[in-house]
Amino acid sequence: MEFFKYKHPLDFMGKSKIAMAISIILILASYAILATKGLNYGIDFAGGTIVQVKYDTEAPIKEMREQLKGNKLFDNASITEFGSPDEVVIRMKTTTGNVTQDIGDVTREALKGTGNFEIRRVDIVGPKVGNELKEKGLMALFLSVAAILIYVAFRFEWRFAIASIVALIHDVSIAMGAVALFKIDVNLDVLAAILTLLGYSLNDTIIVFDRIREGIVKSKNVNLAEIINESITRTLARTTLTSLTTFFVVFTLFMFGGEIIHAFAFTLLVGIIVGTYSSIFVASPILMLFGFDVKKYHTKLAQKAKREAEKERMRAQFESGVM
Amino acid sequence: MKLNYRIVIFALAIVFGVVFSVPSLLQTQGGKKITLGLDLQGGLHMLLGVKTDEALKSRIKSIAASVKHFADRNDILIDGLTFDENSVRVEVLDSDEIKSFDEFLSKIEGAKVATNDSVITVSFTPQEIEKIKKLAITQAIETIRNRLDQFGLSEPIVARQGEEKILVELAGIKTPEEEQRARELISRAAKLELMAVDEDRNARVYNMSDADAASYGDVILPDAKNPKIKYLVHEIPILDGSMLTNANVGFDQNNRPVINFKLNAEGAEIFGDFTGANVGKRLAIVLDGKVFSAPNINERIGGGAGQISGNYTVLEAKDLAIALRSGALLAPIYLMEKRSVGPSLGADSIKASMVALIGGFVLVIVFMIIYYRMAGIIANIALIANLFILLAVMSLFGATLTLPGMAGIVLTVGMAVDANVIITERIRELIYEGKSMHKAIEDGYANAMRAILDANITTLIASIVLYVYGTGAIKGFAITMSIGILASMLTAILGTHGIYQMLESKMNKSKNYRFWFGIKG
Repeated sequence: MEFFKYKHPLDFMGKSKIAMAISIILILASYAILATKGLNYGIDFAGGTIVQVKYDTEAPIKEMREQLKGNKLFDNASITEFGSPDEVVIRMKTTTGNVTQDIGDVTREALKGTGNFEIRRVDIVGPKVGNELKEKGLMALFLSVAAILIYVAFRFEWRFAIASIVALIHDVSIAMGAVALFKIDVNLDVLAAILTLLGYSLNDTIIVFDRIREGIVKSKNVNLAEIINESITRTLARTTLTSLTTFFVVFTLFMFGGEIIHAFAFTLLVGIIVGTYSSIFVASPILMLFGFDVKKYHTKLAQKAKREAEKERMRAQFESGVM
Repeated sequence: MKLNYRIVIFALAIVFGVVFSVPSLLQTQGGKKITLGLDLQGGLHMLLGVKTDEALKSRIKSIAASVKHFADRNDILIDGLTFDENSVRVEVLDSDEIKSFDEFLSKIEGAKVATNDSVITVSFTPQEIEKIKKLAITQAIETIRNRLDQFGLSEPIVARQGEEKILVELAGIKTPEEEQRARELISRAAKLELMAVDEDRNARVYNMSDADAASYGDVILPDAKNPKIKYLVHEIPILDGSMLTNANVGFDQNNRPVINFKLNAEGAEIFGDFTGANVGKRLAIVLDGKVFSAPNINERIGGGAGQISGNYTVLEAKDLAIALRSGALLAPIYLMEKRSVGPSLGADSIKASMVALIGGFVLVIVFMIIYYRMAGIIANIALIANLFILLAVMSLFGATLTLPGMAGIVLTVGMAVDANVIITERIRELIYEGKSMHKAIEDGYANAMRAILDANITTLIASIVLYVYGTGAIKGFAITMSIGILASMLTAILGTHGIYQMLESKMNKSKNYRFWFGIKG
């Protein structure tokens, strides 16, 4: 089977203006959502308490609210369904530092008489730990972007590095926008998804860039747009295929992986779609934008080759004792 | 078919993968296995902080106790023995004795002794304060570890995290009651103090405020069984649990559980001296600020043995004895983070992620075969080998599989075929260009190599950063991702290349491009 049989290069760069417009709109929309709705920080970063309760039958949320009302510990607690009607989570912004008195036990006491239930999870993150996790998370994000930037600059050229970082920022922004739009709790798993997305999106971009680099070196054509078009077209089958297989698995994870993994899978799902799009329509046009000059690059390569050859010659002379 | 070095390495890698993943997959008796994370098997994860200021306070208090004992023993008249958070203050009435007092105090490690006329003030040097605080943390880790080792769970984890946090992980906690017991055992200060009841004023205890008591150098403590009953005791204890050498569960004449404890030589001496001098008065046995009993002293008690009776069950007595034996916490601990997962939720998570893993796996496998035919099957062999190697490496290192780790494996399934997609696309291209089977395969691998390496290394960079900065379960994700990527380089690049080389003569003969690569050619 073949989705894309290469016949002639497709004109991707010709459509880059439309793509740019779409990207800019999406990014602006994402920032608008982030600015107005904001990220919904979960307890990992904001601190707080989560108690997950599973009932034998449908959870009597109304009755639960009634029962918890009197207790000071549950002031401002929110009770929401979690994955299925039987299961709920109680979220509180407060935490308790007492080791022996447990909020799980308190909840069990307080909910007595609301039916047959089981407390399945109690998460408490104190404010200090929450701040630390936030700091560490931002540090991780920053460091991986920096490390990747250095690697790409070293393996390719600085303009490639910039272009891939722009594509990354594009992907992460839109994924975060989607996370804010759907009010997904931002916890450590969402951060992990974002970091995975960094790696994944870059992976895609690099495959295209590698082809562009190959095209630049091999072909006599000096028109960058044409080289890019050909490179993207030639990698199109791979780009779609890998995205498809990855999409398959993340989608099954999203559908069947359970509620706890939901936020992670959702973020990645958005990321894969945006990441695939960006490696074709964002990264390469940026390369054009920065004025990558194929002719200059050729001369540079030629000079480099000459220098190498010269060195080689000197070495040979030295070794055979001519010098 | 011809053997080549690639296929041999690949075969060895598969054997390695299968052999070492068997213990984990089949849960055999012996062999190294993957441990399930707390989020999958259920358990309790806690990050504890230590109130180090309290450690300083109790050191000050114990200095006050030894000052009192020194004065009593040597018949030195003192007055106004007081202490606050940072220092002990005492007035020595007999000026001839100031020197011997100074000498005694200067022997205390890290103490700063200041004498002003007859008033001596003892405090700690900043270095000593730092040391006391550090010790409080180290000691808390040691103590909690000792206690949990005797609790009866397999492999409790107690470790320092960062400068001043203590990580406690308990796997396999099944019931809320068990969790409660563990938490109580961990956090119990287990601070034993033997204190003298202030018999002159105790009758008035119910009319006294804490401030009144303090003005006499006393403190009001509640009874352990009935908090309404109060005792007025001297604030400076006779001795504390640091002089305890052993504690065991025994039974009294009514067959109720009690705890028998034994003091070391120094403690026995102090205990003997005190009881000898205070016959007819009461001695309060105080544990964590509550009076467990206050028996009358009938005679001098030598030998340094004592008993704590209380209204507890055998299990409670047992836990208490463990806590006393492993020593008091120098400073109280508090909860900074807690994550507890019930075993049923863990089991559900395993089930759900297995469904996702198998579902994703089948989808990818089927899709690869439909799209690439034989090349797809070869890629699938590499994918399966990859999973086995991933499990084997994790088993060998005794790595922990968490729920995010499962997600990492699922993701590996999707991304590991990438290398083969890139290679096969290259081969197809070269075949269209009219290259021979042999040339197409060799050049295909050569052309694809650089892109695969670059792409994998960047993903690896992101995973490693995630591992270094990630915490808890997220680390598990980074581990499975990283191993998956590394294994895919071995299986998808080297392994599949070997298979092609082995099948090359067949492929050359058949020339059926549709069968081999899913294209018309």
